[in-house]
Amino acid sequence: MKPSTAETVFGFIGRKTNRILKDINDVSRLINNTFYWSFISPLKGRAIRLRATITEMVKVGYNAIPIVSVIALFIGIILALQAAYQLKRVGAIIYVANLVGVSLTRELAPILTAIIVAGRSGSAFAAEIGSMKSAEEVDALVSMGINPIRFLVVPKLIAMMIMLPALTLFADFIGILGGFLLSITELEIHPYSYFQQTIRALGIKDIITGLIKALAFGVVITIVGAYQGFKVTGGAEEVGRRTTASVVTSIFLVIVIDLFFTTLFYFFA
Amino acid sequence: MENAIEVKNLVTHYGDVQVLKKISFAMPRGKTTVILGGSGSGKSTLLKHLIGLLKPTSGKIEINGRDIAGMSEQEFNEVRKRIGVLFQGAALLNSMTLADNVSLPMREHTKLEESTMQIMVRMKLELVGLSGFENYYPSQLSGGMKKRAGIARAMAMDPEFLFFDEPSAGLDPITAAGIDELILKLRQAFKMTFIVVTHELPSVFTIADHVIMLDFGEVIFSGTIDELKASDNDRIRMFLERKAEKEVYSPEDYFRIIAGEE
Repeated sequence: MKPSTAETVFGFIGRKTNRILKDINDVSRLINNTFYWSFISPLKGRAIRLRATITEMVKVGYNAIPIVSVIALFIGIILALQAAYQLKRVGAIIYVANLVGVSLTRELAPILTAIIVAGRSGSAFAAEIGSMKSAEEVDALVSMGINPIRFLVVPKLIAMMIMLPALTLFADFIGILGGFLLSITELEIHPYSYFQQTIRALGIKDIITGLIKALAFGVVITIVGAYQGFKVTGGAEEVGRRTTASVVTSIFLVIVIDLFFTTLFYFFA
Repeated sequence: MENAIEVKNLVTHYGDVQVLKKISFAMPRGKTTVILGGSGSGKSTLLKHLIGLLKPTSGKIEINGRDIAGMSEQEFNEVRKRIGVLFQGAALLNSMTLADNVSLPMREHTKLEESTMQIMVRMKLELVGLSGFENYYPSQLSGGMKKRAGIARAMAMDPEFLFFDEPSAGLDPITAAGIDELILKLRQAFKMTFIVVTHELPSVFTIADHVIMLDFGEVIFSGTIDELKASDNDRIRMFLERKAEKEVYSPEDYFRIIAGEE
């Protein structure tokens, strides 16, 4: 018997809803377990894997320093140029320091670092966990009584939560250095007054809000990468697809969360 | 003969499709039980349930008289320490050396000294004929060596039960025979219960003490190897004599059969 149109439509809606509910359930369970194994179980004497965490920190943080430096330096220069273009007309060129300093620390350094790290490490997490899943390595861990979240995700999460703010702070400095270099040469601002102006413009709050964002981005990138990795059921082709999805989703979520935090800081800070 | 594992009225689903249809059987302790069956018979699904990777829809799986289907994850982790599994592709962690792979369960579950662990690792690798390969990575090994290393890791905690998922899959006949011999050797040396999932007949005749045969999600045979050879069941005869299916399935037929709508 062929199903009626109404049955087809409702069936479609129902199946879609079920799938979305299942996804939400899976994500919440992953988040719940990850935080349990990261922060609750160490208190119960089940320590996190320190050596693996350090290895991940090197991969996530230290190895990203060259690319983050270059991009932050260029963004600092670009910001200074764009700011000078407007400020020159009103004779307020010294305010280039304010613009570069504030927009970098509050916004651009966290988000650019997060996007670079999502592309470098978020994708690597998805690919690593995904290929382990398809090679039954995750099943092997479970069968040995080793929780795959504790074993695989927790070191990555801790590494990300430490290294993404660290990289952001680093990008703050390099970006400001970029703006500084352009200003003292091309814009002919005196180095000391640029330095003074930056100090005056920047509050500790600007840097802290940027770092809070970076911390949240780190969590999001790890969870998305791990989620996509664990979702792999097939072979190499699916690992590729999930890796792409992890990058796209993390960048999207990073921007959504950025919007959320920026609004929050705007109204309450 | 005492039973180590008893499965009672096990029903499992994959999505909406019923894979195992209320099957019951027992596996004797200290023997090698082979779970035999063609592709799509549900034997891999059964193995995943026996080692607790999947939860059944209904029915009981009793290991040493305790139902694992109803256990919490924590309780079952205790059982897992007494179970070793060799996966089809060996499933060694590629980022670690063989020594680290083999010592991983000990590192996670025991507080042994590093030096003790190294000795144990050497012993386990020696046992499977891989001494001297401690510092090799899995990617540097051949298929047969990976499986041997997988067996060494499965035996790291001196388990009571050793499960093998298609030990000869993807191996040439000579290497596969080597793995069979290793299984026989281990079986003589240790008082373990072996459960081997396979469809390789030569392997079955070499290693099996007890055979369970699955066909389309049902147990069609349970008994000794001689009883299997003497059976006059059509499906078993086809399997043993390596006869092709009468007609080729269309996708619709295949789905109907695995969905159980004859």
